Amino acid sequence: MLYREAGQFKASYAEDSQIFPIRQDKIGFWVLMLVFGLAVPLLANQYWLKAILIPVLIFSLAAIGLNILTGYAGQLSLGSAAFMAVGAFAAYNFILRIEGMPFLVALVLAGVTAALVGILFGLPSLRIKGFYLAVATLAAQFFIVWALVKFPWFSNNSSSGVVTAQDVTILGYTFATPEAKYILTFLIVAFMALLAKNMVRSSTGRAWMAVRDMDVAAQVIGFRLMRTKLLAFAVSSFYCGVAGALYAYTYIGTVEPEGFNLDLSFKILFMIIIGGVGSIMGSFLGAAFIVLLPIFLDNFIPMIFGDALGAGFVSNFQLIVFGGLIIFFLIVEPHGLARLWQIAKEKLRLWPFPH
Amino acid sequence: MARQIGDVIVDLQNISLRFGGVKALTDISFNVREHEIRSIIGPNGAGKSSMLNVINGVYHPQEGQIFFKGALRKKMEPHEAAEQGIARTFQNIALFKGMTVLDNIMTGRNLKMKCNFLQHALYWGAAQKEEIAHRIKVEEVIEFLEIQDIRKTPVGRLPYGLQKRVELARALAAEPHILLLDEPMAGMNVEEKQDMCRFILDVNDHYGTTIVLIEHDMGVVMDISDRVVVLDYGKKIGDGEPDEVKNNPEVIKAYLGTAH
Repeated sequence: MLYREAGQFKASYAEDSQIFPIRQDKIGFWVLMLVFGLAVPLLANQYWLKAILIPVLIFSLAAIGLNILTGYAGQLSLGSAAFMAVGAFAAYNFILRIEGMPFLVALVLAGVTAALVGILFGLPSLRIKGFYLAVATLAAQFFIVWALVKFPWFSNNSSSGVVTAQDVTILGYTFATPEAKYILTFLIVAFMALLAKNMVRSSTGRAWMAVRDMDVAAQVIGFRLMRTKLLAFAVSSFYCGVAGALYAYTYIGTVEPEGFNLDLSFKILFMIIIGGVGSIMGSFLGAAFIVLLPIFLDNFIPMIFGDALGAGFVSNFQLIVFGGLIIFFLIVEPHGLARLWQIAKEKLRLWPFPH
Repeated sequence: MARQIGDVIVDLQNISLRFGGVKALTDISFNVREHEIRSIIGPNGAGKSSMLNVINGVYHPQEGQIFFKGALRKKMEPHEAAEQGIARTFQNIALFKGMTVLDNIMTGRNLKMKCNFLQHALYWGAAQKEEIAHRIKVEEVIEFLEIQDIRKTPVGRLPYGLQKRVELARALAAEPHILLLDEPMAGMNVEEKQDMCRFILDVNDHYGTTIVLIEHDMGVVMDISDRVVVLDYGKKIGDGEPDEVKNNPEVIKAYLGTAH
């Protein structure tokens, strides 16, 4: 009964094309922003911030990146982790090698570097589609990780290939505590999510979706396939690159190329499948789901079965649940949690009268 | 009607198109005049859709020349044809299924939008102003085609007849000089056909849009066309005003048939 748009009239097209045209949604959104921007850093403990909230935000950003490419522009990619690696190592090298490089500038440059690499590996998309393109992006995944290991310059000649992220300092303030790192990550991710939402609701996003849905028709009405696809690769890789840099600087602190392996790429792909292909909000839901599920199972299974099953079984059980869920979503709701949320809202608008 | 048929706007000369050994079009010449409704008819597989694909640059003929507004046209990609004001609809609906009616029609205006993706990302300011200016134009098309009530519906959920209408709307949103319609009335019932005829005539009348039409309903073709060209097996077998074509023995033999 509370969720009604009756009485909310739109008198201009600007009002009609807002991100949240319904007042209740808008209020809900700002409450959420206040909770996660203010209450959480004040109240949550360090474990929650470090092990759950920061990774959820960072993976959400990577998932937005992949969603732009796969969900909106329809180009299947298995190389997201590699683009994260490019971002992480680019940020490391920019800060290391350029005296006085501000962190935020390094972050943008890391994204731009990833975008350029993304364009390079996006070139095959002009010729091939679908599964064949996915295989071509696999080449990016393996080649980039290989190159980062092979050339020690990238890791500043560290013998193990492991690099330790420098301190994050902006305008003289060092983000050392989990609370500070969380707030920084939160602000960056929220801002970039807004930019992504703006892109997908304007002509850029329509071009991507047009190419996804029917590329011949998109060409006939004037979209340029090459430009549209490469822009999707560039923007997507930019997002993954920034996510990778944040992964190194505000999450784990020390990274190695092997950490950005195919498993991570698949994890991000699962995030968008479960969260919602072609939805910015779905990227957040999917990332939260995939990060929280193992933690939930870790605590939940011993609670029920005690220690009888052993740790090995618990970790295998996680994989089984993962696999089962992926299949479940592919069959039952290919548009993921975001669509479930949408359906719930549509039902709520009519409740308690079904028609 | 105040409509005046003008000069030749598209002139196709000796067009031949082959796919490997298959001859889709053989030595076809005809022209389209400004503001007219020009129909292409013929049996299935005669090369009608290929003809449209040649006009808007999806296919490149091996032989022949195309003059567009008096100038010889070089090999051209579809988006260049769109830039020159050629819009079209498809025989099998080619809407963007995942998008709403409104977004589909907005894509029709992409060539008139000048903001780049960075401006879109920031949205406020130029990009928003542009978006709203084009939304106003799109709403005019929506009103013209009487689809106001479905503007926020994803096109995948619409019935066939409405999808055809949305596709016409998307083409019209580009404010084309030439509109290529590939079987706009296929699979429609009588009322839907009447509506579509009315829209086509209105477009032609109000906006002066030149229309090239492929259609199998001979009643419609003979009623609304100014001139008709008839293809069979990739060859031209007739060309002229509806009455002329109707009485052409070759056309009757190949396509129209005789009463038994």
